[in-house]
Amino acid sequence: MDVEILARIQFAFTIAFHYIYPPLSIGIGLIMVIMEGLYLKTGNKQYEILTRFWLKIFAITFGIGVATGIIMEFEFGTNWAVYSRYVGDIFGSALAAEGLFAFGLESTFLGILLFGWNRVSPKVHFLSTIMVFLGSMFSAVWIVVANSWQQTPAGYHIVGEGFNARAEVTDFWAMVFNPSSVDRVIHVWQGALLAGAFLVLSVHAYYLLKGRYVEISKKAFKIALAVATIFSLTQLLSGHSSADGVAVNQPAKLAAMEGHYEKSAPADLYLFGWVDNETQEVTGIKLPGGLSFLVHQDFEAPITGLNAFPENERPGQVNAVFQFYHIMISIGMFLIALTLYASFLWWRGTLFDKKWLLHIFAFAVLLPQIANQVGWFAAEMGRQPWIVYGHLRTDEGFSQEVSANQILFSLILFLIVYAVLFLLFIYSVNKKIKNGPYDEAKNPDEFLKHV
Amino acid sequence: METFLGIDYPTLWYLVVGLLFSGYAVLEGFDYGAGSWHLFFKKDLSRRIAINAIGPLWDANQVWLIIGGGALFAGFPVMYATMLSAMYIPFMLFLLLLVLRSSAIKFRSAEKMLWWRKTWDIVYFVSNVLIAFLLGVVLGNILQGFELGENFSYKGGIFFSFLSPYAIMTGFTTLSLFMTQGAIFLLLKTEGRLHARLTFLLKKGMIFFITSFAITSLYTLIFIHGVTDKFKEQPLFFVLPILAFLAVANVPRLVSKKRYFQALLFSSMTMAFLLMLVAFQLYPVLLPSTIDPTYSVTIYNAASSQKSLGIMLTMVVVGAPLLAGYLIFLYKTFNGKVQLDDTSY
Ligand code: HDD
Ligand code: HEM
Ligand code: HEM
Repeated sequence: MDVEILARIQFAFTIAFHYIYPPLSIGIGLIMVIMEGLYLKTGNKQYEILTRFWLKIFAITFGIGVATGIIMEFEFGTNWAVYSRYVGDIFGSALAAEGLFAFGLESTFLGILLFGWNRVSPKVHFLSTIMVFLGSMFSAVWIVVANSWQQTPAGYHIVGEGFNARAEVTDFWAMVFNPSSVDRVIHVWQGALLAGAFLVLSVHAYYLLKGRYVEISKKAFKIALAVATIFSLTQLLSGHSSADGVAVNQPAKLAAMEGHYEKSAPADLYLFGWVDNETQEVTGIKLPGGLSFLVHQDFEAPITGLNAFPENERPGQVNAVFQFYHIMISIGMFLIALTLYASFLWWRGTLFDKKWLLHIFAFAVLLPQIANQVGWFAAEMGRQPWIVYGHLRTDEGFSQEVSANQILFSLILFLIVYAVLFLLFIYSVNKKIKNGPYDEAKNPDEFLKHV
Repeated sequence: METFLGIDYPTLWYLVVGLLFSGYAVLEGFDYGAGSWHLFFKKDLSRRIAINAIGPLWDANQVWLIIGGGALFAGFPVMYATMLSAMYIPFMLFLLLLVLRSSAIKFRSAEKMLWWRKTWDIVYFVSNVLIAFLLGVVLGNILQGFELGENFSYKGGIFFSFLSPYAIMTGFTTLSLFMTQGAIFLLLKTEGRLHARLTFLLKKGMIFFITSFAITSLYTLIFIHGVTDKFKEQPLFFVLPILAFLAVANVPRLVSKKRYFQALLFSSMTMAFLLMLVAFQLYPVLLPSTIDPTYSVTIYNAASSQKSLGIMLTMVVVGAPLLAGYLIFLYKTFNGKVQLDDTSY
């Protein structure tokens, strides 16, 4: 296999793996802030028990997030040297800001969050929880801004030619607020908050089904359900807004997302389907003119199709982009229906009566995770063949001096280490869940009064 | 070129990056160093205490690496790209070892089984030792220079060429320096039998350090050309090695007086002086080319645009005091001897 493919596989694998954990940490972070805030406000021990319990799980996801994130930071240099030289001027400042303003905040207060219960006052501890949560929200900002710049470059000019060409900042704020960054930051945040909320929902649904820790589980479930409902609904808005942005800034990507080939014609919206890149046909269930309507509020309006672009300037994997995109959207719709229905039952006072619903929640933890992953795959594969949209091609961006064997070597090592890491993650989270909050309370008698 | 206080931006950024890597070396120096003694402690409890001595701190210390890496990428993208892609194998190993190390910290005390703890102890020890060693190896390679052709293209060997004899020596020196630093840190954090054992181990560590330091210095003076020229140009900088030496010499004295905190300061100073020496040696080159000096990566041909550097210098002015504030708060909170409780690893 050649260097480019290997570098891509390695990057996709390591970042997709990284992306399992930060969304969980961000999401659990918010839930912990709410739980601990309620504890401080009401003085109710149950909330303290919940906070301590989720903190243990948070510690694991955060730890793996940090460990795998460092790899990402250096992989730009090792595997994408040409690209790094090209965008360093722009991308570097985002990474530096991330380290300085976000990771610094997170990692220092993490120490206090995890080990400070017996050393600082409850208020200071709560403040640390907030700081860690904010830090994790910030880290998402910078990295997504950098990635958005790759998708929709702004505030820069190109200097030099050939090997020495590179992008330089001309306007920092235009670079930060490039056309896609705001939409995407919000969308990514919401995806992360959903991932965390659904983990909490899943664990407490499991307890409720087993009849364990019933009282505190009901409390936790309601907190998480409120969060999940709000962000499932708003996710649709930011997602729609992102899609509008893609229509303007990256028409080839939008066309790939719906399998739309014709140069300029009204485009359909598919519920699901299958794209044949050879015949340029899509088979599936569709709303004719639906995409035109979503973009222009007019079923007849023409949309630029893939054939408007030269063969070598459009995504190669149209069907994959299409599928990933549609999986994300189906999950999004399902989450909306699920959380709205559950909230309705909550309002009626019968939330915990339906076993089948709790069963769905117990498994639904996987859905936001999948949506997050496939959303990225759709966004990144839809950007192909560009690594910097319109300027640098992916097949020009990798490290020229690195050999295929080197990458293969590191890739195999990553596969092994990450497989072990993943098993450890599952094992220890599972153990924490099985042991339950009981394990975490200092005094069992005290504890039993509250559950 | 734009300047601030008469110093041009690339040079200022060179100082920022230098400062960040010094901070990394000093702080993670005691983390990695403490871990490199791990198997020298025999009891499970001692090992647990040793891990918890760095427990709340190591993640914050690691931020220095992340910011340092980010700063290098941001300010000198050419250096970042050239060094990482040319040193592909050592960096990949380094990164994987970092992952293993943090897993070991997290998971070691999570189970009671003896085999589990023993396995993680070994992983922890080995990863710490190798990380320290690899950092030194990379430094050695930089000092020696890379085979860089036109347009910073790397012409050198691919798989194991990074393990030159000189690099191996700088690797050992770094390891020994970190181990000294780590032992002093643990002395500060422990009491009782473990403390006594560490006093004994530190002596061995110092001997290890002084021997490897002496050999490496000699080798550098003889084989790495240009070293002496630099001093002839600017004899004032000769104080750096002298200061480094004085700082080391002070450590055993302070330890025997049980003034561990000062001892830690002095061994940190040793590290800082040595890094300054390296920085001074190289300046304004970042990565010498062994093929032709005109192909070298320098702070000028590697730097980002003036505009970008200006933005980032502003960020540093705003961010550094914040970061310092967080760190002081953290270290204040966890001051004193390790006490294991229900939140410990
Ligand atoms: C819980 C996760 C989740 C859920 C339920 C959704 N998304 Fe999403 N989506 C993401 C998680 C995500 C993401 C992982 O965060 C992505 C990948 C890249 C990005 O910026 O966000 C993304 C990207 C992304 C993009 C591409 C943006 C670009 O390439 O610039 C569009 C158009 C949408 N989404 C639209 C939607 C719509 C219409 C949804 C319907 C409800 C939806 N998403 C639900
Ligand atoms: C190429 C992309 C990425 C790089 C280079 C990267 C880099 C890093 C690094 C170096 C760390 C460790 C920081 C520490 O020690 O505190 C980290 C952790 C983290 N990253 Fe990433 N990251 C990337 C993608 C993302 C994305 C897309 C998000 C969120 C949307 C994200 C959010 C976080 C968060 C919240 C953490 C803290 C640890 C955790 O919560 O698990 N990162 N990342
Ligand atoms: C912010 C900096 C980022 C850079 C420079 C970057 C760059 C790249 C590169 C070079 C590849 C391989 C070439 C390709 O697109 O196929 C890639 C693919 C990919 N990236 Fe990104 N990416 C970034 C952020 C992210 C983030 C935060 C994620 C989150 C999970 C992500 C997910 C993916 C996925 C899933 C692929 C595989 C798609 C494919 O191979 O076509 N990327 N990206």
